[in-house]
Amino acid sequence: MDIKEIQNLIRFVARSGATEVNLETEEFKINIKTSADQAAMPEQAVLQHVAQVIPAAPVAAAPAAVPSAPAAQVPAASADTTASAPSDDDDKYITVKSPMIGTLYRRPTPEKDTFVSVGDEIKPGDVLCIIEAMKLFNEIESEVTGKVVKVLVDDQTPVEFDQPLFLVDPS
Amino acid sequence: MFNKILIANRGEIALRIIRTCREMRIRTVAVYSTADADSLHVRFADEAVCIGDAPSSSSYLNIPHIIAAAEITNADAIHPGYGFLSENARFSRICQENGIKFIGASPEQIDQMGDKATAKSTMQKAGVPCIPGSEGLLDSVEQAKKLAAEMGYPVMLKATAGGGGRGMRAVWKKDELQKAYETASAEAGAAFGNSGMYMEKLIEEPRHIEIQIIGDQYGKACHLSERDCSVQRRHQKLTEETPSPFMTAKLRNAMGRAAIKAAKAIKYEGAGTVEFLVDKDRNFYFREMNTRIQVEHPITEQVIDYDLIREQIKVAAGEPISGSNYEPKLHSIECRINAEDPYNDFRPSPGMITSFHAPGGHGVRLDTHVYTGYTIPPHYDSMIAKLITTAQTREEAIDKMRRALDEFVIEGIKTTIPFHRQLMDDPNYLKGVYTTKFMEDFELK
Repeated sequence: MDIKEIQNLIRFVARSGATEVNLETEEFKINIKTSADQAAMPEQAVLQHVAQVIPAAPVAAAPAAVPSAPAAQVPAASADTTASAPSDDDDKYITVKSPMIGTLYRRPTPEKDTFVSVGDEIKPGDVLCIIEAMKLFNEIESEVTGKVVKVLVDDQTPVEFDQPLFLVDPS
Repeated sequence: MFNKILIANRGEIALRIIRTCREMRIRTVAVYSTADADSLHVRFADEAVCIGDAPSSSSYLNIPHIIAAAEITNADAIHPGYGFLSENARFSRICQENGIKFIGASPEQIDQMGDKATAKSTMQKAGVPCIPGSEGLLDSVEQAKKLAAEMGYPVMLKATAGGGGRGMRAVWKKDELQKAYETASAEAGAAFGNSGMYMEKLIEEPRHIEIQIIGDQYGKACHLSERDCSVQRRHQKLTEETPSPFMTAKLRNAMGRAAIKAAKAIKYEGAGTVEFLVDKDRNFYFREMNTRIQVEHPITEQVIDYDLIREQIKVAAGEPISGSNYEPKLHSIECRINAEDPYNDFRPSPGMITSFHAPGGHGVRLDTHVYTGYTIPPHYDSMIAKLITTAQTREEAIDKMRRALDEFVIEGIKTTIPFHRQLMDDPNYLKGVYTTKFMEDFELK
């Protein structure tokens, strides 16, 4: 099970209203608890458990399509950064934040490629992603020039105002 | 019953609504601006969505962002609290169009009661006593002069789109009328984009007494008695109490019946408040109707032992009400604690609360969203807490308020606690003798 599937499962469980789900296969065991019984925590807190779950589960080899060097880091890194508040460890990078609330799409249509990927050069006006709300699709354009260093959100996930989406190296 | 309610508000009322939702096992979504990321309502909700920058127009008044937040969290209802979008007909309509239940009035009811001239004529038709005055808007200053001569001075000129005391002028003599009319309508045109004016008899020494009502989807309506909100400064309420020291059983009956007539005239659904002005002879006149929950609702809750937010949610979900009226069984007083400096013209005092200790004990309730270390943002209104005391008698409720205010510690900012503390020793307040003119003579020591 890769990190994206685990995150989707957690989100699904949280939204379903179930308080606890146990899933066991021959390869791994995962236990997901939502916070309905305890003092309330925002949904982001549930995602933080992912960082702890991964070491216990034998993670499959990194997806082949991604360039080799960042490959092993990207899944874990995106889990950490989506779970926690925007961090300051990448001070020289520009953080592209969401200007609106809705569901983020990284591709124009499901069969096409993503608008941008790690390593791409972008300039002002380039479409980075689509955010859909109230049945309207909004193209989010870049306001900066640089190279995409990190993608902080997954395809087809809800995003809120000011949520960090991409890290861009302007140099 | 709803699965998930999004609270389109902030501060103490957002927390208030979240508490009742949790009791009812309804999941909650808090929305917040970037300035409210550390707010208590955000922490206590099951989910939270950042909806915009600090200015209200970017966040708490941002309809598309709030609807989008409801969409991505699958909320099936929105509770708008008070202020912000709670009486915004367009928002009520957009919720309807997006299949989200707006826990409040319908767009038509908001429109009817929101425009003061329309509200007044609706009430007149329903047989609710109104302040004598012009039928709808004034055509000209000539008409105003004629009407004032008929009614007798003093009269009040009011902007139909007005609020918060703006676009209003009191006229005591007929040679003041022309100038007052011209300046008031110019002010209204500038402030509200609508210079329409109407005229009313000026009620001297009025008391502001309002009646809480509840209506359901099946045409039933009932009243939950009165709240006396006469202690006001610049038309902002400072403290409220129930029962009103000026009330009699006969007056309560008559006002209650009039309020129910008002609710039924517009087939009102949900919790609402009908405000009246009461003159020294206990004649009462319709002032306006608020189609939302009010800030001072806790004192009614305390004396009839009812959770009004719970009632709102149940009615919105289609449950019928019993239709019985409720009278106060106890006496309750609320003091609105604001982050303002009462010694410097009540100037707002935002900043960080370095130390916070809440009062407690028998008969003391505190509705607040602040805590030690919390920074009050400068972008929103200055109310930070509502202190409510309840007892068997008015005297004991005042004793408790005095004691609770003495225990209440808020450091790092200025608050209106000293003002309330002096109020609880004021001879006129203690006698229960006060009208909306009370603050004009009050001097803070």
